[in-house]
Amino acid sequence: MTTATLPDTDPPKRGWYKRNEIAVTPWLFLAPAILFFAVYVIIPIFQSFSISLYDWDGLGQAEYIGLANYQELMNDRAFEVSLWNNLKWLVCYLLAIPAGLFIALFLNQTVTGIRIYKSLFFFPFVLSQVVVGLVFAWFYLPNEGLLSAIVGWFGFGPVNVLGDPSWATYGIILAGLWPQTAYCMILYLTGLNAVDPEQVEAARLDGAKGWKMLWYVIIPQLKPATFIAFVVTIIGALRSFDLISIMTNGGPFGQTRVLSFYMFEKALSEYGFRMGYGAAIAVVLFLIMLVFIAYFLWSMYREEQGGR
Amino acid sequence: MFPRPIQQASAPAQTAYKTMLPIALILWLLPLIAVAVFSIKPASDFTQGNYWGVPGSFELFNNYGQVFFNSDMPRYMLNSVLITVPTVIGAVALSAMAGFALGVYKFRSNIWVFFMFVAGNFVPFQILMVPVRDLTLDLGLYNTKTGLVLFHIAFQTGFCTLFMRNFIRALPFPLIEAARVEGVAEWRIFWYVVLPLMKPALAALAVLIFTFIWNDYFWAIVLTQGPDAQPVTAGITSFNAQYRAAYHLMSAGSIVAALPPVLMFFLMQKHFIAGLTLGAVK
Repeated sequence: MTTATLPDTDPPKRGWYKRNEIAVTPWLFLAPAILFFAVYVIIPIFQSFSISLYDWDGLGQAEYIGLANYQELMNDRAFEVSLWNNLKWLVCYLLAIPAGLFIALFLNQTVTGIRIYKSLFFFPFVLSQVVVGLVFAWFYLPNEGLLSAIVGWFGFGPVNVLGDPSWATYGIILAGLWPQTAYCMILYLTGLNAVDPEQVEAARLDGAKGWKMLWYVIIPQLKPATFIAFVVTIIGALRSFDLISIMTNGGPFGQTRVLSFYMFEKALSEYGFRMGYGAAIAVVLFLIMLVFIAYFLWSMYREEQGGR
Repeated sequence: MFPRPIQQASAPAQTAYKTMLPIALILWLLPLIAVAVFSIKPASDFTQGNYWGVPGSFELFNNYGQVFFNSDMPRYMLNSVLITVPTVIGAVALSAMAGFALGVYKFRSNIWVFFMFVAGNFVPFQILMVPVRDLTLDLGLYNTKTGLVLFHIAFQTGFCTLFMRNFIRALPFPLIEAARVEGVAEWRIFWYVVLPLMKPALAALAVLIFTFIWNDYFWAIVLTQGPDAQPVTAGITSFNAQYRAAYHLMSAGSIVAALPPVLMFFLMQKHFIAGLTLGAVK
């Protein structure tokens, strides 16, 4: 601890606060933030763990049933579908990273008006996911949608992306990739701006160009941007809820549910108020996320040790 | 610079690049352009199946007039403002203080408190849903804007503290030490030395949080219902239910709902991007 270690010239006159000012001040400054965060974030995590052991409709008496909710999950077809869809989201959503890099490379020029192009390419990220969902739902409309119109010009019949159980999830993911790619693009544009021009010139003199240059010289220097892109994309993939709720509401036949959506459905929608079962699903989702959170924190911890 | 500047390429390549730019942009924004076109079409276009053709007539004022004067949209918009603005103020204030504490002082649990904020910021919302809804009900704040604001402040504090703390770490520390040697009280150092230097961070966070909260949908439907308290993201679904299949009105409504964060972004672009890309370069 770093209390002041001045020689005790006038100890009796100074009050307790004055003597401990350096030690106490940070806690006074932290108090409101910690209080809010504890009440609304930290404690609820543990409460959810505990609720998942109960059978509870949110109003009446909660009944302790041990791990029965989790046992039920093991045999729940809808849970299995949701878990698989989460995996699809995770894998496909990561495409936003190379796509964002590609667009960033395309736009990293200095022609007139390029700044406006960059802002407009970034634009989808600012839209609410609700609006993105609506926009894409209309884009996919089976007969009237623009997509059907376009494939119609090429002589194919109308397509019904969101009505087809095997394609609906991919259709939603594509809608999610739109803003996410924009986000990754802006990260990489910032990263490309900071690439060391001398290294690039030196590599050019050594005859590196195109893919080789990108892979061996540029991408290593973009590592911080890639890390952030990775973090936000993983989190975005596991948080996906708005788009599903807006575009398909879990259908057709529940084939586009993911854990976050299924949990909401079980706990709060017309299918019944099963708080305990919903909490159990949330716990599973949390544990999946925990693997990534632990990895992110570990990376940040190493950074801190090296940094200061 | 990578890729090689286009000015060094041949003239045809330059022309090709300059023609590809607008084409790529139009393709990229195609779904949005479609909605914008929808929003100025007359209702008759949709009943006659003229979805993608030239608008039969120009109905911008009629359609947007309907949204503004003949629906609950203005109320939802007002709710959104009344939820978003207090959240921005609260979250930025709390995290400026917390970031100051974590960025300036060395104490043993510093990094653990910091990691608590970072980790909490990453958790899936669903793990918080049942207890937070329950707490809000117990406090009598269910279906109120206050209930939503309190939760948003708490949750956003995680991200904001991460941001503020890293920003304060990068400030020149000797400045603070000099103030201490002068005998300036710690809270005065915060108010008169650190806070003025934090203006860019405060601006960046304010626009980011504004956008995040304005666009929130999940908590809006978990903690509120009906036009008394619901923000516009949730309101747009009831609006759409009211005007089912009236695509011209639904499009106009969506555009109105999306507009404030879009304006915020274009007006405060520099801060917005600085906030989003913090840490993207060493």
